[in-house]
Amino acid sequence: MNAFAIALRTLLREWKSGELGVLVLAITVAVAALTGVGFLVDRISIAVDNQAGEVLAADLVLESAQSIDDHAMREAQSRGLQFSSKTGLLSVVFNGDASQLTALRAVSAGYPLRGKVTVSNEPFGAATPADGIPARGEVWPESRLAAAIGASVGSELSIGAGKFRVSRILVSRPDQGATFVELAPALLMNDGDLAGTQLVQPGSRLTRSLLFAGPRDAVKSFADWLKTHKKESERLLDVDETAPQIKSAIDRSGRFLSLASLVAVLLCSIAVAMAARRYVQRHLDSVALMKTLGATRAFTLTVSLTQLILVGVIAAVLGSVLGFGAQEWLVIALKGLLKGDLPPPGLAPLGIGFLTAVAVLGGFALPPLLQLSRTPALRVLRRDVGPPAPLVILAFGPAVLAIGFLIYWVLRDVGMFVAFVLGLAAFVVIVAGAGWLLVRLTKRLRGGVGVSWRYGLANLGRRRTESVVQLTAFAHGIMVLLLLAVVRNDLLNDWRRSLPADTPNFFFINIPPDQNQEFAQFLKDRGAERARVLPMVRARMTHINGKPIDDIRFATPRGKEFANRDQNITWAETLGRDNEITEGRWFTPADTGKPLVSVSTEYMKELNLKLGDTLQFDIAGDVRTATIASVRKVKWDSFQPNFFLMFAPGLLEGAQGTWMTAAHMDARNPKTIADLVRRFPSVSVFNVDDLLRQVRSVIDKALAAVQSVFLFTLMAGLVVLIAAVQASREERRFESAMLRTLGANRSTVLKGLLAEFAALGVLSGTLAAAGASIAGVYVAKRVLQIPYTPDPWVWFYGLVGGGLLVSLAGWLATRSVVNQPPVLTLRSA
Amino acid sequence: MSVLKAENLTKKVTSPEGMLTIVDNVSLDIAAAESVAIVGASGAGKSTLLALLAGLDTPSSGRITLAGADLTALDEDGRARLRAERVGFVFQSFHLVPSLTALENVMLPLELAARRDARAAALETLGRVGLAQRTGHYPRQLSGGEQQRVAIARAFVTRPAVLFADEPTGNLDTHTGERIVSLLFDLNAQSHTTLVLVTHDRNVAARCGRILQMDSGLLR
Repeated sequence: MNAFAIALRTLLREWKSGELGVLVLAITVAVAALTGVGFLVDRISIAVDNQAGEVLAADLVLESAQSIDDHAMREAQSRGLQFSSKTGLLSVVFNGDASQLTALRAVSAGYPLRGKVTVSNEPFGAATPADGIPARGEVWPESRLAAAIGASVGSELSIGAGKFRVSRILVSRPDQGATFVELAPALLMNDGDLAGTQLVQPGSRLTRSLLFAGPRDAVKSFADWLKTHKKESERLLDVDETAPQIKSAIDRSGRFLSLASLVAVLLCSIAVAMAARRYVQRHLDSVALMKTLGATRAFTLTVSLTQLILVGVIAAVLGSVLGFGAQEWLVIALKGLLKGDLPPPGLAPLGIGFLTAVAVLGGFALPPLLQLSRTPALRVLRRDVGPPAPLVILAFGPAVLAIGFLIYWVLRDVGMFVAFVLGLAAFVVIVAGAGWLLVRLTKRLRGGVGVSWRYGLANLGRRRTESVVQLTAFAHGIMVLLLLAVVRNDLLNDWRRSLPADTPNFFFINIPPDQNQEFAQFLKDRGAERARVLPMVRARMTHINGKPIDDIRFATPRGKEFANRDQNITWAETLGRDNEITEGRWFTPADTGKPLVSVSTEYMKELNLKLGDTLQFDIAGDVRTATIASVRKVKWDSFQPNFFLMFAPGLLEGAQGTWMTAAHMDARNPKTIADLVRRFPSVSVFNVDDLLRQVRSVIDKALAAVQSVFLFTLMAGLVVLIAAVQASREERRFESAMLRTLGANRSTVLKGLLAEFAALGVLSGTLAAAGASIAGVYVAKRVLQIPYTPDPWVWFYGLVGGGLLVSLAGWLATRSVVNQPPVLTLRSA
Repeated sequence: MSVLKAENLTKKVTSPEGMLTIVDNVSLDIAAAESVAIVGASGAGKSTLLALLAGLDTPSSGRITLAGADLTALDEDGRARLRAERVGFVFQSFHLVPSLTALENVMLPLELAARRDARAAALETLGRVGLAQRTGHYPRQLSGGEQQRVAIARAFVTRPAVLFADEPTGNLDTHTGERIVSLLFDLNAQSHTTLVLVTHDRNVAARCGRILQMDSGLLR
């Protein structure tokens, strides 16, 4: 007979004592919280990997905001590569008066070179592979677009100056973005029809792409050739580069969600520590006895460790199963944001689950078990003898290490790790401090309430540490849910209300320079309040202070993105009211024609620029250098045309560009917009309300996922509560028996218990509502700069929700205490 | 032949009042199959002496030889192994493992000593203490007397050289206590085990071959 056999034999019987159940529950929730996110991220990553080869619809893409010379195509032809072209631009598509902003994709024969286009004969119908591309005069709108404007096969759509017949409904195309739905629905058309729409004017905002495919080596050598022969403004995309970019974005989102679920893991760790402490208390006698009967320390330790490992394995498996279920739930929450069906996940997230279980058990349950094995045999004769006190580093070191490891493992960045740990510590100290004060306050209330409440409140105060831990856990979970579910909507609505009534709700871009005046008059005639009109020129930054962009290391990913993307630049004589100069000075008439630029504060910060720095741009092949003359703080939510980069007048006038403006129009009159688009077919119209609605729906879905993750935090709070009740069960049972012996009836005792948990829930709700309101006020004042009155409903939901949730959980956990006849308890005491 | 020998045994502990001597320079020699009662008032040091003799505690000075082995030269695990092979215990509060059945409790010391015949030997011993019908019961399903019978079976099942009993009737009513003591002495006589028994009860002590009186840590 060995230690393993004894461990196995007693494990099932130990189950009844409860703390092993709490251990399993805590580890299960912790594992589920992390694996849930892990499985989701894994599935999305696999989807990206699977479609990586098709994500470009080619092996290699040359992309530019301007027209691309033929020489690349000729070179590809001479090398025997396949090629095709694609032009992407945004425009409004009409079916009668119904309109929708659409991502037009005009493609040439041969498209797609990799992957398949699938179509159907009706919106949301069954997909079949398409034969070629749309014929001239025909278009294939996506189901989403067809539904929005009520189009079907046979409908006639207006796009710019042209009219087109819907011959198929587009179901999918390989380069539609592998995983996430794009904001505007797409429409596929023949490249030969683009000119007829008159949408493309010199300087129009569009993306031209040349697609190449062929044998791997030929493509690689062609890519090398392109790198040396392409223009500065042209961008080369290959599969190896595109997929990692998407994956890195997914990885970042995954890390954020994992961080959110780590809070649940931390709470579960507290429950594990509580359960382990009780396990140790209950086993001191058994270990002493086994040692008396001849067991060595290693033997007793093996028994406990075997049970711990078994509990860990069972919980990790259960947690992974629950995590898989949770991930399915997350996928449902994200429905509409994710495209198509995701492939099944790999096994890697199971590793996350087991690692979590090992870290939490190793950090929080192992140290007490090591202590347990040091119980002296003498305890069989003297009950006051226990294991020697452990060194502080051995008691808390593993816990700190385990949590540190999990946080670092999720973040993988020292700076973020330190910031998160400090932030979390500060948050916990503040919430726990406030919780401690609240628990103290209940002492004063005891005089003025009935016997049940007095008993309940006295219990809260007597087990103050446990009460504060539970309070912190619940307050945290409820606070986050209140913030995401209630305060967020309040803030968004208050922000919308804070905008003046005449805030522009339509943006117009790609206004041809020669139609600028006519366009302004058109808007004026229809009573639209017009904002300022600014020119818009596409440019690409090439150097900062003479140093090539490629040689500069930017501190943030955003800075790198700012530097590398196509810039929209403008020039102006006057400064808008929504712009404020914070450094330097705005242009004077004497600056006309001088190489000076005014830069927004965000741009300065992300690119680490300072006044007097020189920036060099490539504007359709022309090289311009300008010195930073001023820094502007821009109020972006004025919804006026605004730019990061504004040049002095007279410098860019020769550059090819279009104009843009914004206006407030009656959105309920679609005819005005329809007239406008027919009259000025090249102008792209953006309905701000539509865009905001779409952005909001994306944010809502993403937040639904975050909320789901924070439900784990609440579950973890419940586990802490169960662990605390479990730890105090004998004590509670004895108290209940004593009270009933003294004449209290069952309902009085039950009311007392309910009072205790209701008070705990209400106090948590109070803390949560206070925290959510403070956070709301902070965001309103500092971020949105709007007046904000905290919503009284936050308090209602917090207090009532908290009270009900914790009362119910507490009642479920303690009802056996009241149900047991007092005589049994007193006899066994 | 001596099976348990203590030479100049002293146990001192620190307390808020300063250093306390609980066992003071005790020497004794107990022969094989002898039965010895240690009696004395509460706080006289009886249980501490028992703990030292059984290797559950270590003396501040002095030497103990148990079944030929120098207990004071062994570490904790060494003493545990020696107990597994040569020592049995009966306690006042029974000390059964609540999650194990009567049979499993009796098997436990045999299993700790890696004996293959654990089950058969435990069943046989439980039969000897009159509990053949209750082998599958858990401690909480047994009366106090039955629990102590299980404890006695557990103590004898390894056929120990020395059996230590600490107030074996302390938690039992008089009638049950007498039956338990009879059982203990009967089994002791059958197995030729050395019995070292700590008790308050003069009647129980009188059944032993020798009575040692403890008083303020000293053996009189």
